[in-house]
Amino acid sequence: MSSLDKETVRRIAYLSRINVSEEGLTELAGDLTRILDFVEELQEVDVEGCEPLTSVADLTLPLRKDEVTDGNIQQKVLSNAPMTDAGCFVVPKVVE
Amino acid sequence: MTDLTKLTLAEARDGLAKGDYTSVELTEAHLKSMEAHRNLNAYITETPDKAIEMAKASDAKRAKGDAGNMEGLPIAVKDLFCTEGVQTTAASHILEGFKPEYESTVTSKLFDNGAVMLGKANLDEFAMGSANTSSYYGNVINPWKGKDGKDLVPGGSSGGSAAAVAGGMALAATGTDTGGSIRQPASYCGIVGLKPTYGRCSRWGVVAFASSLDQAGPMTKTVRDAAIMLGSMAGHDAKDSTSAPMAVPDFEAALTGDIRGMKIGIPKEYRVEGMPEEITKLWDNGVAMLRDAGAEVVDVTLPHTKYALGTYYIVAPAEASSNLARYDGLRYGQRVMDEGDSLDDMYSKSRAAGFGKEVQRRIMIGTYVLSAGYYDAYYNKALKVRRRIYEDFANAFGTVDTILAPTAPSAAFAIGENEDDPVKMYLNDVFTVPASLAGLPGLSLPAGLSSEGLPLGLQLIGKPFDEETVLRVGGVLESAANFTAKPFGQEG
Repeated sequence: MSSLDKETVRRIAYLSRINVSEEGLTELAGDLTRILDFVEELQEVDVEGCEPLTSVADLTLPLRKDEVTDGNIQQKVLSNAPMTDAGCFVVPKVVE
Repeated sequence: MTDLTKLTLAEARDGLAKGDYTSVELTEAHLKSMEAHRNLNAYITETPDKAIEMAKASDAKRAKGDAGNMEGLPIAVKDLFCTEGVQTTAASHILEGFKPEYESTVTSKLFDNGAVMLGKANLDEFAMGSANTSSYYGNVINPWKGKDGKDLVPGGSSGGSAAAVAGGMALAATGTDTGGSIRQPASYCGIVGLKPTYGRCSRWGVVAFASSLDQAGPMTKTVRDAAIMLGSMAGHDAKDSTSAPMAVPDFEAALTGDIRGMKIGIPKEYRVEGMPEEITKLWDNGVAMLRDAGAEVVDVTLPHTKYALGTYYIVAPAEASSNLARYDGLRYGQRVMDEGDSLDDMYSKSRAAGFGKEVQRRIMIGTYVLSAGYYDAYYNKALKVRRRIYEDFANAFGTVDTILAPTAPSAAFAIGENEDDPVKMYLNDVFTVPASLAGLPGLSLPAGLSSEGLPLGLQLIGKPFDEETVLRVGGVLESAANFTAKPFGQEG
Protein backbone atom coordinates (compact mmCIF):
# COMPACT_ATOMS: atom_id res chain seq x y z
CA MET A 1 0.00 0.00 0.00
CA SER A 2 2.55 2.49 1.00
CA SER A 3 6.26 2.92 1.01
CA LEU A 4 7.15 5.18 3.90
CA ASP A 5 9.19 8.28 3.18
CA LYS A 6 11.52 10.01 5.58
CA GLU A 7 8.99 12.70 6.50
CA THR A 8 6.37 10.12 7.45
CA VAL A 9 8.90 8.29 9.61
CA ARG A 10 9.82 11.59 11.24
CA ARG A 11 6.15 12.07 12.13
CA ILE A 12 5.80 8.52 13.48
CA ALA A 13 8.97 8.97 15.54
CA TYR A 14 7.54 12.16 17.01
CA LEU A 15 4.20 10.49 17.80
CA SER A 16 6.18 7.65 19.44
CA ARG A 17 8.31 10.19 21.36
CA ILE A 18 11.54 8.56 20.19
CA ASN A 19 14.43 10.75 19.03
CA VAL A 20 15.77 9.47 15.72
CA SER A 21 18.82 10.82 13.89
CA GLU A 22 18.69 11.76 10.19
CA GLU A 23 20.51 8.55 9.16
CA GLY A 24 18.24 6.63 11.49
CA LEU A 25 15.17 7.95 9.69
CA THR A 26 16.43 6.61 6.36
CA GLU A 27 17.21 3.18 7.80
CA LEU A 28 13.85 3.02 9.59
CA ALA A 29 12.00 4.02 6.42
CA GLY A 30 13.47 0.91 4.76
CA ASP A 31 12.77 -1.41 7.71
CA LEU A 32 9.24 -0.17 8.31
CA THR A 33 8.40 -0.36 4.62
CA ARG A 34 9.56 -3.98 4.52
CA ILE A 35 7.31 -4.78 7.48
CA LEU A 36 4.33 -3.00 5.90
CA ASP A 37 4.93 -4.83 2.60
CA PHE A 38 4.91 -8.06 4.54
CA VAL A 39 1.54 -7.39 6.20
CA GLU A 40 0.07 -6.16 2.90
CA GLU A 41 -1.25 -9.65 2.08
CA LEU A 42 -4.00 -9.19 4.67
CA GLN A 43 -5.76 -6.91 2.22
CA GLU A 44 -6.76 -9.92 0.10
CA VAL A 45 -8.72 -11.60 2.94
CA ASP A 46 -12.49 -11.35 2.69
CA VAL A 47 -13.69 -10.02 6.04
CA GLU A 48 -17.16 -9.01 4.90
CA GLY A 49 -19.51 -9.02 7.90
CA CYS A 50 -16.68 -10.00 10.25
CA GLU A 51 -16.50 -8.33 13.67
CA PRO A 52 -13.01 -7.30 14.87
CA LEU A 53 -11.69 -9.70 17.52
CA THR A 54 -10.20 -7.58 20.30
CA SER A 55 -9.93 -10.32 22.91
CA VAL A 56 -10.13 -14.09 22.97
CA ALA A 57 -11.07 -14.06 26.66
CA ASP A 58 -14.71 -15.03 26.66
CA LEU A 59 -15.48 -12.85 29.65
CA THR A 60 -17.56 -9.90 30.68
CA LEU A 61 -15.20 -7.58 32.48
CA PRO A 62 -15.79 -8.11 36.17
CA LEU A 63 -16.87 -5.19 38.37
CA ARG A 64 -15.89 -4.65 41.95
CA LYS A 65 -17.05 -2.25 44.62
CA ASP A 66 -15.82 1.28 44.11
CA GLU A 67 -13.70 1.52 47.21
CA VAL A 68 -10.10 2.18 48.14
CA THR A 69 -8.16 -1.09 48.31
CA ASP A 70 -4.67 0.21 48.90
CA GLY A 71 -2.79 3.41 49.57
CA ASN A 72 -0.32 4.98 51.96
CA ILE A 73 2.58 3.65 49.91
CA GLN A 74 4.10 6.95 48.76
CA GLN A 75 7.64 5.74 49.38
CA LYS A 76 7.06 2.59 47.33
CA VAL A 77 5.53 4.53 44.46
CA LEU A 78 8.46 6.91 44.35
CA SER A 79 11.24 4.40 45.05
CA ASN A 80 12.21 3.85 41.40
CA ALA A 81 11.76 7.41 40.15
CA PRO A 82 14.83 9.04 38.55
CA MET A 83 14.07 12.35 40.32
CA THR A 84 11.82 13.18 43.27
CA ASP A 85 11.33 16.14 45.55
CA ALA A 86 9.15 16.55 48.63
CA GLY A 87 7.27 13.35 47.91
CA CYS A 88 6.59 14.20 44.25
CA PHE A 89 7.90 13.18 40.84
CA VAL A 90 9.99 15.92 39.26
CA VAL A 91 9.40 16.89 35.61
CA PRO A 92 11.01 19.60 33.49
CA LYS A 93 9.36 23.01 33.59
CA VAL A 94 6.14 22.87 31.52
CA VAL A 95 4.75 26.38 32.06
CA GLU A 96 6.77 29.34 30.80
CA MET B 1 26.26 -39.06 44.41
CA THR B 2 24.05 -38.31 41.41
CA ASP B 3 24.48 -35.02 39.58
CA LEU B 4 21.58 -33.04 40.98
CA THR B 5 21.44 -30.71 37.96
CA LYS B 6 20.45 -33.63 35.70
CA LEU B 7 17.26 -34.43 37.62
CA THR B 8 13.78 -33.68 36.36
CA LEU B 9 11.42 -31.67 38.56
CA ALA B 10 9.46 -34.83 39.36
CA GLU B 11 12.61 -36.77 40.31
CA ALA B 12 13.88 -33.93 42.48
CA ARG B 13 10.49 -33.58 44.14
CA ASP B 14 10.48 -37.29 44.99
CA GLY B 15 14.13 -37.25 46.09
CA LEU B 16 13.47 -34.34 48.43
CA ALA B 17 10.43 -36.12 49.85
CA LYS B 18 12.51 -39.24 50.53
CA GLY B 19 15.25 -37.17 52.14
CA ASP B 20 17.91 -38.20 49.59
CA TYR B 21 19.12 -34.59 49.56
CA THR B 22 18.03 -31.20 50.81
CA SER B 23 16.82 -28.16 48.92
CA VAL B 24 20.02 -26.40 49.96
CA GLU B 25 22.10 -29.14 48.30
CA LEU B 26 19.94 -29.06 45.19
CA THR B 27 20.15 -25.27 45.04
CA GLU B 28 23.92 -25.20 45.60
CA ALA B 29 24.45 -27.68 42.76
CA HIS B 30 22.54 -25.40 40.39
CA LEU B 31 24.31 -22.24 41.57
CA LYS B 32 27.61 -23.98 40.83
CA SER B 33 26.39 -24.95 37.36
CA MET B 34 25.28 -21.36 36.72
CA GLU B 35 28.75 -20.17 37.60
CA ALA B 36 30.37 -22.75 35.32
CA HIS B 37 28.12 -21.78 32.39
CA ARG B 38 28.25 -17.99 32.64
CA ASN B 39 29.60 -17.91 29.08
CA LEU B 40 26.09 -18.85 27.87
CA ASN B 41 24.68 -15.65 29.44
CA ALA B 42 21.41 -17.35 30.40
CA TYR B 43 20.89 -15.09 33.41
CA ILE B 44 20.77 -11.31 33.63
CA THR B 45 20.76 -11.34 37.44
CA GLU B 46 21.86 -14.27 39.59
CA THR B 47 20.38 -14.28 43.10
CA PRO B 48 22.52 -16.85 44.98
CA ASP B 49 21.99 -15.37 48.46
CA LYS B 50 18.24 -15.20 48.05
CA ALA B 51 18.27 -18.74 46.62
CA ILE B 52 20.11 -20.21 49.60
CA GLU B 53 17.88 -18.31 52.00
CA MET B 54 14.75 -19.62 50.23
CA ALA B 55 16.18 -23.16 50.16
CA LYS B 56 16.91 -23.08 53.90
CA ALA B 57 13.41 -21.83 54.61
CA SER B 58 12.04 -24.60 52.40
CA ASP B 59 14.01 -27.32 54.17
CA ALA B 60 12.71 -25.98 57.50
CA LYS B 61 9.16 -25.97 56.16
CA ARG B 62 9.51 -29.56 54.97
CA ALA B 63 10.89 -30.63 58.35
CA LYS B 64 7.64 -29.41 59.86
CA GLY B 65 5.75 -31.63 57.42
CA ASP B 66 4.48 -28.75 55.33
CA ALA B 67 5.57 -29.17 51.69
CA GLY B 68 4.05 -27.44 48.66
CA ASN B 69 3.88 -28.78 45.10
CA MET B 70 7.16 -27.10 44.14
CA GLU B 71 8.75 -27.41 47.57
CA GLY B 72 12.49 -26.83 47.49
CA LEU B 73 12.78 -26.93 43.69
CA PRO B 74 15.21 -24.36 42.24
CA ILE B 75 13.96 -22.53 39.13
CA ALA B 76 14.89 -19.64 36.86
CA VAL B 77 12.46 -16.74 36.45
CA LYS B 78 12.29 -14.95 33.11
CA ASP B 79 13.31 -11.35 33.73
CA LEU B 80 9.89 -10.18 32.57
CA PHE B 81 8.23 -11.17 35.87
CA CYS B 82 8.37 -8.48 38.53
CA THR B 83 10.15 -9.82 41.60
CA GLU B 84 9.99 -7.82 44.79
CA GLY B 85 13.31 -6.15 45.59
CA VAL B 86 15.13 -7.96 42.76
CA GLN B 87 16.11 -6.02 39.63
CA THR B 88 13.61 -6.61 36.81
CA THR B 89 14.83 -5.36 33.44
CA ALA B 90 12.74 -6.96 30.65
CA ALA B 91 16.25 -7.12 29.06
CA SER B 92 15.95 -3.40 28.35
CA HIS B 93 18.33 -0.58 29.21
CA ILE B 94 15.31 1.57 30.04
CA LEU B 95 14.51 -0.61 33.08
CA GLU B 96 18.10 -1.09 34.25
CA GLY B 97 18.16 -0.91 38.03
CA PHE B 98 14.38 -1.14 38.37
CA LYS B 99 13.50 -2.96 41.60
CA PRO B 100 9.77 -3.69 41.83
CA GLU B 101 8.04 -3.05 45.13
CA TYR B 102 5.73 -5.99 44.48
CA GLU B 103 5.80 -9.62 43.34
CA SER B 104 4.03 -10.86 40.19
CA THR B 105 1.09 -13.19 40.84
CA VAL B 106 2.73 -16.13 39.05
CA THR B 107 6.02 -15.91 40.98
CA SER B 108 4.07 -15.38 44.24
CA LYS B 109 2.19 -18.60 43.60
CA LEU B 110 5.36 -20.51 42.74
CA PHE B 111 7.12 -19.26 45.87
CA ASP B 112 4.06 -19.99 48.02
CA ASN B 113 4.25 -23.52 46.62
CA GLY B 114 7.86 -23.76 47.76
CA ALA B 115 9.87 -22.95 44.60
CA VAL B 116 13.35 -21.47 45.05
CA MET B 117 14.49 -18.66 42.72
CA LEU B 118 18.01 -18.98 41.31
CA GLY B 119 17.95 -15.75 39.32
CA LYS B 120 16.37 -13.75 36.52
CA ALA B 121 16.75 -15.28 33.07
CA ASN B 122 17.80 -13.35 29.98
CA LEU B 123 15.33 -12.73 27.14
CA ASP B 124 14.79 -10.60 24.05
CA GLU B 125 14.20 -6.96 24.97
CA PHE B 126 10.57 -6.66 26.13
CA ALA B 127 10.12 -10.24 24.82
CA MET B 128 10.36 -8.97 21.23
CA GLY B 129 12.43 -11.42 19.27
CA SER B 130 12.93 -15.00 18.14
CA ALA B 131 16.65 -15.46 18.76
CA ASN B 132 17.47 -13.74 22.06
CA THR B 133 19.77 -11.38 20.18
CA SER B 134 17.95 -8.17 21.17
CA SER B 135 18.76 -8.18 24.90
CA TYR B 136 20.59 -5.10 26.19
CA TYR B 137 22.46 -7.54 28.46
CA GLY B 138 23.93 -9.56 25.58
CA ASN B 139 23.05 -12.60 23.50
CA VAL B 140 22.19 -15.93 25.07
CA ILE B 141 24.10 -18.89 23.65
CA ASN B 142 22.35 -22.21 23.12
CA PRO B 143 23.97 -25.07 25.10
CA TRP B 144 23.66 -27.17 21.92
CA LYS B 145 26.34 -26.89 19.24
CA GLY B 146 26.12 -27.66 15.53
CA LYS B 147 28.70 -29.72 13.69
CA ASP B 148 30.81 -26.67 12.85
CA GLY B 149 30.91 -25.70 16.53
CA LYS B 150 29.48 -22.22 15.92
CA ASP B 151 27.50 -20.53 18.68
CA LEU B 152 23.77 -20.97 18.09
CA VAL B 153 20.80 -18.91 19.21
CA PRO B 154 18.56 -20.46 21.89
CA GLY B 155 15.44 -19.06 20.21
CA GLY B 156 13.38 -16.34 21.76
CA SER B 157 12.10 -14.56 23.49
CA SER B 158 12.42 -16.90 26.50
CA GLY B 159 15.95 -17.86 25.38
CA GLY B 160 17.63 -17.54 28.78
CA SER B 161 14.94 -19.70 30.39
CA ALA B 162 15.33 -22.39 27.71
CA ALA B 163 19.15 -22.35 27.85
CA ALA B 164 19.09 -22.52 31.67
CA VAL B 165 16.89 -25.62 31.66
CA ALA B 166 18.72 -27.35 28.78
CA GLY B 167 22.13 -26.55 30.28
CA GLY B 168 21.42 -27.79 33.82
CA MET B 169 21.34 -24.26 35.27
CA ALA B 170 17.78 -24.64 36.61
CA LEU B 171 15.42 -27.57 37.11
CA ALA B 172 12.73 -25.58 35.28
CA ALA B 173 11.96 -21.99 34.35
CA THR B 174 9.08 -19.63 33.84
CA GLY B 175 8.58 -18.28 30.34
CA THR B 176 6.08 -16.05 28.62
CA ASP B 177 4.65 -16.53 25.15
CA THR B 178 3.14 -13.81 22.98
CA GLY B 179 3.69 -15.30 19.52
CA GLY B 180 5.79 -18.37 20.30
CA SER B 181 8.24 -17.16 22.94
CA ILE B 182 7.91 -20.31 25.08
CA ARG B 183 7.46 -22.94 22.37
CA GLN B 184 10.08 -21.87 19.82
CA PRO B 185 13.01 -21.61 22.28
CA ALA B 186 11.89 -24.91 23.85
CA SER B 187 12.15 -26.47 20.39
CA TYR B 188 15.60 -24.93 19.72
CA CYS B 189 16.97 -26.07 23.09
CA GLY B 190 15.46 -29.56 23.20
CA ILE B 191 13.13 -29.01 26.15
CA VAL B 192 9.39 -28.91 26.85
CA GLY B 193 7.52 -25.59 26.75
CA LEU B 194 3.83 -25.05 27.44
CA LYS B 195 1.91 -21.92 26.56
CA PRO B 196 -1.36 -22.23 28.47
CA THR B 197 -4.72 -20.91 27.30
CA TYR B 198 -4.97 -17.11 27.38
CA GLY B 199 -6.38 -16.34 30.84
CA ARG B 200 -5.09 -19.50 32.55
CA CYS B 201 -2.20 -17.69 34.31
CA SER B 202 -2.45 -14.17 35.68
CA ARG B 203 -0.60 -11.46 33.78
CA TRP B 204 -0.42 -9.26 36.88
CA GLY B 205 3.16 -8.15 37.50
CA VAL B 206 4.40 -9.44 34.14
CA VAL B 207 5.95 -6.61 32.11
CA ALA B 208 3.39 -6.12 29.32
CA PHE B 209 4.22 -6.57 25.63
CA ALA B 210 0.92 -7.31 23.84
CA SER B 211 -1.78 -7.71 26.45
CA SER B 212 -4.31 -9.64 24.36
CA LEU B 213 -1.66 -12.29 23.60
CA ASP B 214 0.80 -12.46 26.54
CA GLN B 215 0.61 -15.63 28.60
CA ALA B 216 2.99 -17.13 31.17
CA GLY B 217 3.87 -20.82 31.18
CA PRO B 218 6.37 -23.47 32.29
CA MET B 219 9.60 -24.48 30.51
CA THR B 220 10.79 -27.86 31.72
CA LYS B 221 12.71 -31.05 30.92
CA THR B 222 9.64 -33.30 30.61
CA VAL B 223 5.91 -33.16 29.96
CA ARG B 224 5.25 -34.33 33.52
CA ASP B 225 7.35 -31.46 34.85
CA ALA B 226 5.30 -29.01 32.77
CA ALA B 227 2.12 -30.42 34.31
CA ILE B 228 3.52 -30.09 37.82
CA MET B 229 4.74 -26.54 37.34
CA LEU B 230 1.64 -25.27 35.53
CA GLY B 231 -0.45 -26.38 38.50
CA SER B 232 1.54 -23.97 40.67
CA MET B 233 1.35 -21.06 38.19
CA ALA B 234 -2.29 -21.15 37.11
CA GLY B 235 -5.45 -19.84 38.71
CA HIS B 236 -7.84 -16.93 38.82
CA ASP B 237 -6.53 -13.58 39.98
CA ALA B 238 -8.79 -10.62 40.65
CA LYS B 239 -5.88 -8.31 39.78
CA ASP B 240 -5.97 -9.42 36.11
CA SER B 241 -9.39 -8.75 34.62
CA THR B 242 -8.75 -11.24 31.78
CA SER B 243 -7.76 -14.00 34.17
CA ALA B 244 -10.28 -16.83 33.85
CA PRO B 245 -12.38 -17.62 36.95
CA MET B 246 -11.86 -21.35 36.52
CA ALA B 247 -10.72 -24.10 38.82
CA VAL B 248 -7.20 -25.45 38.27
CA PRO B 249 -7.34 -29.17 37.47
CA ASP B 250 -4.75 -31.70 38.61
CA PHE B 251 -2.69 -31.51 35.40
CA GLU B 252 -0.38 -34.35 36.40
CA ALA B 253 -3.37 -36.67 36.71
CA ALA B 254 -4.09 -36.05 33.03
CA LEU B 255 -0.96 -38.05 32.11
CA THR B 256 -2.73 -41.38 31.83
CA GLY B 257 -0.71 -42.57 28.85
CA ASP B 258 -3.92 -43.61 27.13
CA ILE B 259 -4.93 -41.78 23.95
CA ARG B 260 -6.84 -44.62 22.28
CA GLY B 261 -9.70 -43.31 20.20
CA MET B 262 -8.63 -39.69 20.46
CA LYS B 263 -8.74 -37.65 17.28
CA ILE B 264 -5.58 -35.83 16.23
CA GLY B 265 -5.89 -33.11 13.57
CA ILE B 266 -3.22 -32.54 10.94
CA PRO B 267 -3.57 -29.08 9.37
CA LYS B 268 -2.61 -29.22 5.70
CA GLU B 269 -1.84 -25.47 5.59
CA TYR B 270 1.15 -26.03 7.87
CA ARG B 271 2.93 -27.83 5.05
CA VAL B 272 4.38 -24.54 3.93
CA GLU B 273 6.39 -24.07 0.79
CA GLY B 274 10.10 -24.58 1.27
CA MET B 275 9.72 -26.46 4.55
CA PRO B 276 12.91 -28.47 5.14
CA GLU B 277 12.58 -32.19 4.43
CA GLU B 278 13.69 -33.06 7.97
CA ILE B 279 10.82 -31.05 9.48
CA THR B 280 8.31 -32.85 7.25
CA LYS B 281 9.83 -36.16 8.29
CA LEU B 282 9.71 -35.25 11.99
CA TRP B 283 6.04 -34.39 11.63
CA ASP B 284 5.26 -37.63 9.76
CA ASN B 285 7.05 -39.61 12.46
CA GLY B 286 4.94 -37.89 15.11
CA VAL B 287 1.77 -38.78 13.23
CA ALA B 288 2.87 -42.43 13.05
CA MET B 289 3.66 -42.53 16.78
CA LEU B 290 0.24 -41.22 17.75
CA ARG B 291 -1.46 -43.61 15.35
CA ASP B 292 0.50 -46.52 16.84
CA ALA B 293 -0.69 -45.44 20.28
CA GLY B 294 -4.28 -45.88 19.12
CA ALA B 295 -5.23 -42.35 18.15
CA GLU B 296 -7.16 -41.59 15.00
CA VAL B 297 -5.44 -39.15 12.67
CA VAL B 298 -7.70 -36.75 10.79
CA ASP B 299 -6.90 -34.09 8.18
CA VAL B 300 -8.15 -30.64 9.14
CA THR B 301 -8.06 -27.31 7.41
CA LEU B 302 -7.07 -23.94 8.89
CA PRO B 303 -7.52 -21.83 5.75
CA HIS B 304 -6.31 -18.49 7.15
CA THR B 305 -2.98 -19.83 8.45
CA LYS B 306 -0.94 -17.91 5.88
CA TYR B 307 -2.32 -14.61 7.19
CA ALA B 308 -1.45 -15.26 10.84
CA LEU B 309 2.03 -13.71 10.77
CA GLY B 310 0.80 -10.56 9.03
CA THR B 311 -2.01 -10.25 11.55
CA TYR B 312 0.35 -10.77 14.43
CA TYR B 313 2.84 -8.17 13.21
CA ILE B 314 0.08 -5.56 13.24
CA VAL B 315 -1.75 -6.53 16.44
CA ALA B 316 1.31 -7.14 18.64
CA PRO B 317 3.18 -3.91 17.75
CA ALA B 318 -0.05 -1.90 18.08
CA GLU B 319 -0.56 -3.17 21.62
CA ALA B 320 3.15 -2.76 22.37
CA SER B 321 3.19 0.87 21.24
CA SER B 322 0.43 1.55 23.73
CA ASN B 323 1.89 -0.56 26.58
CA LEU B 324 5.39 0.87 26.22
CA ALA B 325 4.13 4.46 26.36
CA ARG B 326 4.56 4.11 30.13
CA TYR B 327 8.37 4.33 29.82
CA ASP B 328 8.60 8.08 30.02
CA GLY B 329 11.75 8.63 32.07
CA LEU B 330 9.60 9.95 34.85
CA ARG B 331 8.20 7.39 37.26
CA TYR B 332 10.79 4.64 36.90
CA GLY B 333 13.59 3.59 34.59
CA GLN B 334 16.24 5.59 32.78
CA ARG B 335 15.94 9.33 32.23
CA VAL B 336 18.00 11.29 29.71
CA MET B 337 17.66 15.05 29.93
CA ASP B 338 19.81 18.08 29.24
CA GLU B 339 19.68 21.59 30.66
CA GLY B 340 16.68 23.51 29.31
CA ASP B 341 14.94 20.45 27.82
CA SER B 342 11.16 20.39 27.52
CA LEU B 343 9.02 17.50 28.74
CA ASP B 344 8.81 16.22 25.15
CA ASP B 345 12.60 16.39 24.80
CA MET B 346 12.96 14.35 27.96
CA TYR B 347 10.52 11.69 26.75
CA SER B 348 12.12 11.45 23.31
CA LYS B 349 15.71 11.34 24.55
CA SER B 350 14.97 8.86 27.35
CA ARG B 351 13.12 6.53 24.99
CA ALA B 352 15.73 6.80 22.22
CA ALA B 353 18.51 5.91 24.67
CA GLY B 354 16.50 3.32 26.59
CA PHE B 355 14.95 1.19 23.84
CA GLY B 356 16.91 -1.02 21.43
CA LYS B 357 16.44 -1.14 17.67
CA GLU B 358 13.79 -3.86 17.41
CA VAL B 359 11.70 -2.35 20.20
CA GLN B 360 11.85 1.07 18.51
CA ARG B 361 10.79 -0.48 15.20
CA ARG B 362 7.82 -2.21 16.78
CA ILE B 363 6.69 0.86 18.70
CA MET B 364 6.79 2.87 15.47
CA ILE B 365 4.96 0.26 13.37
CA GLY B 366 2.35 0.08 16.12
CA THR B 367 2.05 3.84 16.27
CA TYR B 368 1.65 3.99 12.50
CA VAL B 369 -1.09 1.33 12.24
CA LEU B 370 -3.02 3.02 15.05
CA SER B 371 -2.65 6.53 13.66
CA ALA B 372 -5.48 8.51 12.10
CA GLY B 373 -6.07 7.48 8.51
CA TYR B 374 -4.43 4.04 8.85
CA TYR B 375 -6.36 2.54 11.78
CA ASP B 376 -9.04 0.92 9.64
CA ALA B 377 -6.78 -0.22 6.82
CA TYR B 378 -4.28 -1.93 9.13
CA TYR B 379 -5.36 -2.39 12.72
CA ASN B 380 -9.06 -2.99 12.30
CA LYS B 381 -8.43 -5.18 9.28
CA ALA B 382 -5.98 -7.28 11.30
CA LEU B 383 -8.52 -7.72 14.09
CA LYS B 384 -11.05 -9.00 11.58
CA VAL B 385 -8.56 -11.47 10.10
CA ARG B 386 -7.76 -12.49 13.67
CA ARG B 387 -11.39 -13.51 14.06
CA ARG B 388 -11.14 -15.62 10.88
CA ILE B 389 -8.11 -17.41 12.34
CA TYR B 390 -9.97 -17.94 15.62
CA GLU B 391 -12.95 -19.39 13.72
CA ASP B 392 -10.68 -21.73 11.75
CA PHE B 393 -9.55 -23.35 14.99
CA ALA B 394 -13.07 -23.47 16.42
CA ASN B 395 -14.21 -25.32 13.28
CA ALA B 396 -11.32 -27.77 13.41
CA PHE B 397 -11.95 -28.48 17.09
CA GLY B 398 -15.48 -29.43 16.16
CA THR B 399 -14.02 -32.72 14.93
CA VAL B 400 -10.64 -33.23 16.63
CA ASP B 401 -9.30 -33.27 20.20
CA THR B 402 -5.91 -31.76 19.50
CA ILE B 403 -3.79 -30.62 16.55
CA LEU B 404 -0.24 -31.80 15.78
CA ALA B 405 2.23 -29.59 13.89
CA PRO B 406 5.93 -28.71 13.91
CA THR B 407 6.93 -26.03 16.44
CA ALA B 408 9.36 -24.14 14.20
CA PRO B 409 10.42 -24.27 10.55
CA SER B 410 14.07 -25.05 11.40
CA ALA B 411 16.51 -26.04 14.11
CA ALA B 412 18.50 -23.40 16.01
CA PHE B 413 20.55 -21.19 13.69
CA ALA B 414 23.88 -19.42 14.19
CA ILE B 415 24.00 -16.12 16.07
CA GLY B 416 23.96 -13.33 13.50
CA GLU B 417 21.80 -15.14 10.95
CA ASN B 418 18.41 -13.62 9.98
CA GLU B 419 19.46 -10.22 11.35
CA ASP B 420 19.66 -8.36 8.01
CA ASP B 421 15.90 -8.10 7.52
CA PRO B 422 13.38 -7.89 10.40
CA VAL B 423 10.82 -9.90 8.40
CA LYS B 424 13.22 -12.88 8.05
CA MET B 425 13.38 -13.14 11.82
CA TYR B 426 9.58 -12.98 12.07
CA LEU B 427 9.24 -16.11 9.88
CA ASN B 428 10.54 -18.28 12.75
CA ASP B 429 7.16 -17.84 14.41
CA VAL B 430 5.08 -19.08 11.48
CA PHE B 431 3.81 -22.22 13.29
CA THR B 432 3.41 -20.74 16.76
CA VAL B 433 1.65 -17.44 16.03
CA PRO B 434 -1.76 -18.86 14.93
CA ALA B 435 -2.45 -20.54 18.29
CA SER B 436 -1.40 -17.34 20.05
CA LEU B 437 -3.86 -15.25 18.06
CA ALA B 438 -6.61 -17.74 18.93
CA GLY B 439 -5.56 -17.84 22.62
CA LEU B 440 -5.15 -21.63 22.57
CA PRO B 441 -2.83 -23.81 24.65
CA GLY B 442 0.27 -25.08 22.82
CA LEU B 443 2.88 -27.57 23.99
CA SER B 444 6.26 -28.05 22.33
CA LEU B 445 8.31 -31.15 23.05
CA PRO B 446 11.57 -32.45 21.58
CA ALA B 447 10.79 -35.19 19.06
CA GLY B 448 13.91 -35.70 16.98
CA LEU B 449 17.27 -34.40 15.79
CA SER B 450 18.19 -32.47 12.67
CA SER B 451 20.91 -33.65 10.29
CA GLU B 452 23.19 -31.32 12.27
CA GLY B 453 22.33 -33.20 15.47
CA LEU B 454 20.17 -30.38 16.84
CA PRO B 455 16.82 -30.79 18.59
CA LEU B 456 13.55 -30.33 16.70
CA GLY B 457 10.21 -29.85 18.41
CA LEU B 458 6.66 -30.92 17.68
CA GLN B 459 3.73 -28.88 18.87
CA LEU B 460 0.30 -29.91 20.14
CA ILE B 461 -2.43 -27.28 20.05
CA GLY B 462 -5.52 -27.77 22.20
CA LYS B 463 -9.00 -26.45 22.79
CA PRO B 464 -9.39 -23.48 25.14
CA PHE B 465 -8.68 -24.55 28.75
CA ASP B 466 -7.96 -28.11 27.67
CA GLU B 467 -4.29 -28.24 28.64
CA GLU B 468 -5.06 -31.69 30.04
CA THR B 469 -5.58 -33.25 26.59
CA VAL B 470 -2.49 -31.51 25.26
CA LEU B 471 -0.46 -32.85 28.18
CA ARG B 472 -1.91 -36.36 27.88
CA VAL B 473 -1.12 -36.61 24.15
CA GLY B 474 2.22 -34.88 24.78
CA GLY B 475 3.11 -37.50 27.37
CA VAL B 476 2.43 -40.32 24.90
CA LEU B 477 4.39 -38.61 22.14
CA GLU B 478 7.28 -38.00 24.54
CA SER B 479 7.48 -41.69 25.47
CA ALA B 480 7.29 -42.79 21.83
CA ALA B 481 9.86 -40.25 20.59
CA ASN B 482 12.18 -41.23 23.45
CA PHE B 483 14.33 -38.13 22.96
CA THR B 484 17.46 -38.78 25.01
CA ALA B 485 20.06 -36.61 23.27
CA LYS B 486 21.70 -33.98 25.46
CA PRO B 487 23.63 -30.82 24.65
CA PHE B 488 27.40 -30.76 24.89
CA GLY B 489 28.56 -31.27 28.46
CA GLN B 490 25.19 -32.59 29.64
CA GLU B 491 25.59 -36.16 28.35
CA GLY B 492 25.33 -39.18 30.62
